[in-house]
Amino acid sequence: MSKFCYFPHTGEDIQLMLKKIGVGSMDDLYSDVPEEFLFKGEYDLPEAMSEQQVREHLETLAAANTKLKVLVGQGAYDHYTPSVIPYICSRSEFLTAYTPYQCEISQGTLRYIFEWQTMICRLTGMDYSNASMYDGPTAAAEAVRMCVACTKKRNSVIVSSSLLPNVLDTILCYAKYSGVNVVVSGDVMRDVAEGVLDLAGVVVPSINRWGIIENHDGLAGLVHKMGGLMVEYCDPSALAVLKTPAEWGADIAVGDAQSLGLPLSYGGPYVGFMACKADYMRKLPGRIVGQTTDASGKRCFVLTLQAREQHIRREKATSNICSNESLLALWCTVYLSLMGPEGLKRVNDLSYRNSHYLYRKLLATGKFEAVFEQDFLKEFVLKPLCSVEKLQQALLEAGFFAALMTEEGYVSFCVTEKHPLEELDRLVNVVESIQEEGV
Amino acid sequence: MKYYDKLIFELSKPGRIGFSLPECETGANIPAKLRRESELVLPEVSEPDVVRHYTNLSQMNFGVDTGFYPLGSCTMKYNPKINEEIASLDGFRALHPLQPEQTTKGAREVIASLEKALAAITGMKRFTFLPCAGAHGELTGLMLMREYHMKRGDSARRKVIVPDSAHGTNPASAAVCGLDIVVVKSKENGLVDVEALKPLLGPEIAGIMMTNPNTLGLFEREIAQIAELVHGCGGLLYYDGANMNPLLGTVRPGDMGFDIMHLNLHKTFSTPHGGGGPGSGPVGVNDKLAELIDIPKVSGFHGNFGIMLRAYAYILMLGKENIALAGKLATLNANYIKESLKDCYKLPIDSICKHEFVFDGLAEPNGVTTLDVAKRLLDYGYHAPTIYFPLLFHQTIMIEPTETESKETIDGFIEVMRKIAQEALQDPELLHRAPVSTPIGRPDETTAARQPIVKCEC
Repeated sequence: MSKFCYFPHTGEDIQLMLKKIGVGSMDDLYSDVPEEFLFKGEYDLPEAMSEQQVREHLETLAAANTKLKVLVGQGAYDHYTPSVIPYICSRSEFLTAYTPYQCEISQGTLRYIFEWQTMICRLTGMDYSNASMYDGPTAAAEAVRMCVACTKKRNSVIVSSSLLPNVLDTILCYAKYSGVNVVVSGDVMRDVAEGVLDLAGVVVPSINRWGIIENHDGLAGLVHKMGGLMVEYCDPSALAVLKTPAEWGADIAVGDAQSLGLPLSYGGPYVGFMACKADYMRKLPGRIVGQTTDASGKRCFVLTLQAREQHIRREKATSNICSNESLLALWCTVYLSLMGPEGLKRVNDLSYRNSHYLYRKLLATGKFEAVFEQDFLKEFVLKPLCSVEKLQQALLEAGFFAALMTEEGYVSFCVTEKHPLEELDRLVNVVESIQEEGV
Repeated sequence: MKYYDKLIFELSKPGRIGFSLPECETGANIPAKLRRESELVLPEVSEPDVVRHYTNLSQMNFGVDTGFYPLGSCTMKYNPKINEEIASLDGFRALHPLQPEQTTKGAREVIASLEKALAAITGMKRFTFLPCAGAHGELTGLMLMREYHMKRGDSARRKVIVPDSAHGTNPASAAVCGLDIVVVKSKENGLVDVEALKPLLGPEIAGIMMTNPNTLGLFEREIAQIAELVHGCGGLLYYDGANMNPLLGTVRPGDMGFDIMHLNLHKTFSTPHGGGGPGSGPVGVNDKLAELIDIPKVSGFHGNFGIMLRAYAYILMLGKENIALAGKLATLNANYIKESLKDCYKLPIDSICKHEFVFDGLAEPNGVTTLDVAKRLLDYGYHAPTIYFPLLFHQTIMIEPTETESKETIDGFIEVMRKIAQEALQDPELLHRAPVSTPIGRPDETTAARQPIVKCEC
């Protein structure tokens, strides 16, 4: 047999083990598989590479991507990652651990999840948070199902058309099969007030797809009057400065915690969060960690309220979610520990200052028009008065990913604390230097 | 492991900071009515405080790198370190998911090459990488199953058959997908009862979800007949890839008649479990459903790309030469443990197993339960097996060693399991009290659930 560095068995080991089992060869261990299903052909796979070859091959592929200054958000935000975080998260004891069912040897995982739940509750103002969701869009889709589960015999959810495109797509995908009647609305207030639906809930963004900070004054009261729940989709980083879901009167808060220092990583892995008011705790999907004591009175932490979950309730569970994004919840927890209230506010202050600086400078070039009057935090759209294709190409050539075209034909920018004013000046220079044909 | 009783909030002291950011002379000038009113209370700690706190927490954790997981259904194999380095290459890590195609050539090539490799390994035609975990893959696969029937105007098919030995996620995923569940029972030999299946089939059946080898670690030998019956009634076959490891390089689900399947890259393809994610649960389909593959938009961007990179590196390391060895050595380890312990643990089904098998408690329990055995294993430095699943037996102990465990490790585990069987006879009290050498003892789970404390009030 061939030798391979991940497999410890020697030829002698294998012989001794086969003898104990009472078979002649490893192939005999497959004698229960009907002959017709044993694959006789050659697998169309690459030949084994040495570790050095693997490294070089993937370094080449990494280099085939273009490294750009990222000034686009749309659900994936380029915030700075302090070096402590990857260092902590790559510790074997966290990285290679299983789901913490065996709490006696998983207190590390359970404690950081408890800390994560606490921080998510403090950011959103909610009472209960789960241990994490796959990403923001799936958290929103689960929140829609949760609205239906929490309101008896109601099956319609109004979702704002101003939610990020990928959030809407995921909500609609889940609803198509689960049978929830999802109505995409350009005016949630009006459609709720109309009162024609068996309203289970509404989903609205804190910051919408155009970067606008939305005003939900009066919405919660109206939704509750109509018998539904209010879900707010929010950017947890921004909640250091923005009115919280609880302050708006929301019942459920969801979103993507990628903005808490997670690398862009071509879209994943990210981490969703989901939190709710105490009344709805038993309908939350996913894992929840609770505090208790052991027989000797020591404080300890366990997975709790498991009667909601698939491994106990099977088809009657609140969700099918099992593995979630635990390690990334750790990532965000370490991020929030480092930032503290002052650091997270600073991130927002810098993002606000920088994005407004770029907004003003771009308008001053005369190549854009303002679209909205409402204020924004770090992301904004402009109406282009020049060729978008040329604009994007010029920016790309100068090393910027910016001015992403939206469905409405606007261009979208996102500026964070990572983008100093000098860099923004360079970007503006590139925009100014674009020559329009016939000018 | 050393007990450490702090929460990060308890290290907080006003005035300390753990960040290093440029000064900002102006605040975010957000209109008052949109501004946060309540104070945000987060820890105020220094960078060294953070590093020491989380390092201390990590030391209360068990992981693949610290010890052996004989954990059924979860394939806790070694997580190669090269994979971690690859996933942290800046050329991948700094890519925005919406960057124009001409700037993401390398990333897209990784995805395309991984799809090709997984197709070769499974006998499927196309894969989608949007699902972020195994259960998410199941849901996506069932969405594709429903799309297939809907496209053919066959929308009455709203029932899915699930064996009683199935993972809990199977029926839960079917429910989320708007399907009703029909349970088919297993025979005494642990395999799906084909005679019991027949009357369940009909025009309302969307398909069947199967795990093969099943959760008892037994190969469903009658799969050809099951496939013929289910296809014959117009249904599709879904393959739960949680147990794909023993079939790597030997058997392809596509050849067994499966139309849709998922893989757990965080099990079979060596990516770390991370204490419960991130995983990745790509879904494959055969020719019949290939054109539908991109319909379910089940997550935000391209799926968990960082996990895909790790799995791709693993496949390149193994290559076609070694891939079959992974499954075979895992199967060898499982059978070896089974044969070495079946005199002191009850073996309900005595036949060749694949990568895992189940005992039904101690041969001579003397009042000692499976839970006691599992907890005592923690004292000896092993993770516990999966217990009380599948639900077919009362004292299930489900054991899965993987191919990356040596004979010495396995022999050590066997010796301890035998010792625990002895302890059960001599000092059952000791086992009821176990574990006694871990940072904490058995927790009061009842109080945790009755009066839930799920956040820190300090």
